[in-house]
Amino acid sequence: MMHLGDPLRAVRHLSNLHAWLAITAVVVSSSAGDVLLSRAMKKIGDLGDLRRRRGLLFVALLALRNKYFLLGVGCMTLSFYSLLYGLSWNNVSLIGPAAASLTFVANAVGARFFLHEHVDHRRWIAALLVGGGVVLMAL
Amino acid sequence: MNLRKYLVLLGVSIFAPMGDSLLSYGMKQVGNISLHHPSQLFFAITNPWVGLGIVLLLGFFASYMTALSWADLTYVLPASSLGYVLLALIARFVLHEQVSLTRWLGIALVSSGVGFVTSGPELTKRRRSKHQHPEQIHAEVSR
Repeated sequence: MMHLGDPLRAVRHLSNLHAWLAITAVVVSSSAGDVLLSRAMKKIGDLGDLRRRRGLLFVALLALRNKYFLLGVGCMTLSFYSLLYGLSWNNVSLIGPAAASLTFVANAVGARFFLHEHVDHRRWIAALLVGGGVVLMAL
Repeated sequence: MNLRKYLVLLGVSIFAPMGDSLLSYGMKQVGNISLHHPSQLFFAITNPWVGLGIVLLLGFFASYMTALSWADLTYVLPASSLGYVLLALIARFVLHEQVSLTRWLGIALVSSGVGFVTSGPELTKRRRSKHQHPEQIHAEVSR
């Protein structure tokens, strides 16, 4: 209602609202997908070694039979369509860095609590530096 | 870390930002998509730029899965973010775009983060896979 007098501002406001809705969806689904895929790959083992010893088909079948992999791909698909939705409303210079930087922090939390990775000071600092750097690069 | 692993990380770094850029270019042609017509999202992939972006993102996915099979998630993500830096350097030196001071500062922060994480071990906890030989696991852990 408050934007009725300024249609340009109303359009920008609507565009930002849709963009941040998409960014939230990307961060949540992409972090869940990353954690699930990481768990699946750790269970399967080194893909490079397996492919050399048993062949590509064996590796593909192994991945497709893993429930974490399938759930992870489902989350990544959701993240992909959320990204497309966001890009249809706003620029990649906002959507890409905002989603990426928030995903770095969300993944560090997910890896610490769900994958039980040893996220030491070095990795926390790295996640924050990269996340902050990505935001600055988008300004 | 060996050359093969660095190449895999480079693949993750390059394919993701290039794929995202092509998706963005394609989606600008497709136009705004309404929440009331979500089926438009499925038709968006018929745009050639969106299609090419998807091919590059499949390359990213393959490299990413390979990296996650031998490294922690909290190692792979920061280590593979050099792609943002590469894009900015291409913009400055190949496309001759103006890169602002804040963007250079961002590049410095991302590079420091990458340097920080890659100077440590890529794996902090090793789960034994039933598909791997015990000797391989021993060799990787002691590497």
